[in-house]
Amino acid sequence: MELWDLTVHELSRLLATGEVSAVEVTQAALERAQQVEPAVRAFVTSTADQAVVEANTVDAARARGEQVGPLAGIPMALKDNICTRGVRTTCCSRLLEKFAPSYDATVVRRLQEAGAILMGKTNMDEFAMGSSTENSAFFPTHNPWDLERVPGGSSGGSAAAVAAGEAVFSLGSDTGGSIRQPAAFCSVVGLKPSYGRVSRFGVTAFASSLDQVGPFTKDVTDCALVLNAIAGKDELDPTSVVDTPPDYRQFLGKDIKGLRIGLPREYFAEGIDDEVKEVIMKAVGVLEGLGAVVEETSLPHTEYAPSVYYILAPAEASSNMGRLDGVRYGRRVEAPDVDTLYNRTRSQGFGAEVRRRLMIGTYALSAGNYEVFYQKAQQVRTLIVRDFEQAFTQYDVLLTPTSPTTPFKIGEKIDDPLQMYLSDICTIPVNLAGIPGLSLPCGFSQGLPVGMQLLAKPFAESTLLQVAYAFEQNTDYHKQRPQVTVGGESNA
Amino acid sequence: MVKITDVEVEKIARLSQLELTSEEKRMFTQQLSDILTFAQHLAQVNTDGVPPTISVLDLVNVWRDDEVKEWLSREEALAEAAVVEDGCFKVPRIMDEE
Repeated sequence: MELWDLTVHELSRLLATGEVSAVEVTQAALERAQQVEPAVRAFVTSTADQAVVEANTVDAARARGEQVGPLAGIPMALKDNICTRGVRTTCCSRLLEKFAPSYDATVVRRLQEAGAILMGKTNMDEFAMGSSTENSAFFPTHNPWDLERVPGGSSGGSAAAVAAGEAVFSLGSDTGGSIRQPAAFCSVVGLKPSYGRVSRFGVTAFASSLDQVGPFTKDVTDCALVLNAIAGKDELDPTSVVDTPPDYRQFLGKDIKGLRIGLPREYFAEGIDDEVKEVIMKAVGVLEGLGAVVEETSLPHTEYAPSVYYILAPAEASSNMGRLDGVRYGRRVEAPDVDTLYNRTRSQGFGAEVRRRLMIGTYALSAGNYEVFYQKAQQVRTLIVRDFEQAFTQYDVLLTPTSPTTPFKIGEKIDDPLQMYLSDICTIPVNLAGIPGLSLPCGFSQGLPVGMQLLAKPFAESTLLQVAYAFEQNTDYHKQRPQVTVGGESNA
Repeated sequence: MVKITDVEVEKIARLSQLELTSEEKRMFTQQLSDILTFAQHLAQVNTDGVPPTISVLDLVNVWRDDEVKEWLSREEALAEAAVVEDGCFKVPRIMDEE
């Protein structure tokens, strides 16, 4: 097996015993990226030179017998809305094309303290608005499992980079499914932690009541390891909660006998692809075989979640993104007066989807529409939160498909924003309720990955990892890798 | 049916600090109508007496001592601005000369 193909825990063992060096691991990932990147296009910025320097630092520290961090020497990739000091952070927008932050996001600082090596910044839908990464101002990313298809979005580059072996793990952000849906599409593990679990300081705000940062990994053990590194209180993010997170590794390997799993029927209804359902039900069978008790349940307000989301998220974005005006950072289009400067800067800087959402948000917040749309959506959000609270009095975990379909073709939905929005129906309610959600590879339909989504009550990431690990240990979907074809040649 | 008119789209664009071409105006008029018509089904939900959710956390105000801490230098804070003068961000004149 190639070094770039290994997991965090496998590499950590080899690094600890000195069988390989951090430089070798980093070089292997860089070579892999060089090989597949022309086809996949997961990265918008490479930090290859810096990566080798950092890897050397890790090796030198280890050689001196110093204690190194839990992710020492592990190549990682970061979504390009996560601020990296001195490394451009574009949000894949023309407006921030040259923006190089003067500080690191808290998650970046924590991962660097843990010893991880940054390989580069990954492609995304502009300002995280989208479900396919086609809204990147630069170029689309291709799904490593089928290059004609999207990797999902908005964190498509981060998912594709891990699936293709260009990074061992990555971070994304998830406002309505932007970690879980691409994880499902690329057959990797993706976790959206509970709202408040991980600091968002230094991560470009989209919808502040919904945004969370989380990992993409090749398996569940790695997910626990990366979560360990990033979770916990941050003084710089007042929404990060104070309690100390547990060591998430301790939940791996715990028996799931008698654990109660609910299948909300609304997530298996019309609009969900039959073959996806079939794969999910087979996976449910595996968990039943391990002693879990599975029952059908209901989350009755599910059908309203997309409408609630597509009012609240744009409304919050329209406020958050007022700061992008060309004055303090980013591209500026000069004009004789300040209003025209703002208007031109924003009109030329933002792509169509961002402008569409800013306008929806502005509309929903404007006089006469506020009660009908914004306030109504906040009230229905409460009902969605209550649906989950009710369900978690009876079940430890809820299980659903992550996405109603397998990855769609590049270009298939880009001209129909409403259809694109509905591709998030399974993931959106989770952000509205603030609960943790994990997407796990659970099979294939016509050669394309299917992900199952596990949900638990707030701050019960431990339960998600426990169930996901039990499933993973009894299946081998997490060991299957895409054959990336470059220039007619297949690179397994 | 929510029917957004050209005039409304122009108004929303102005409030959003955006300029639209006539082609974009036409496209957004249609798409915004479609999206908001879809969202109208929220009206069917009985929300009498249901409080709005603004945050899922029970956030309370957190006070801290007002202490000076090391943070970005003025140079760093200004480093990414397109136009800077005398250690400040520069914008076009916003008041008439009197």
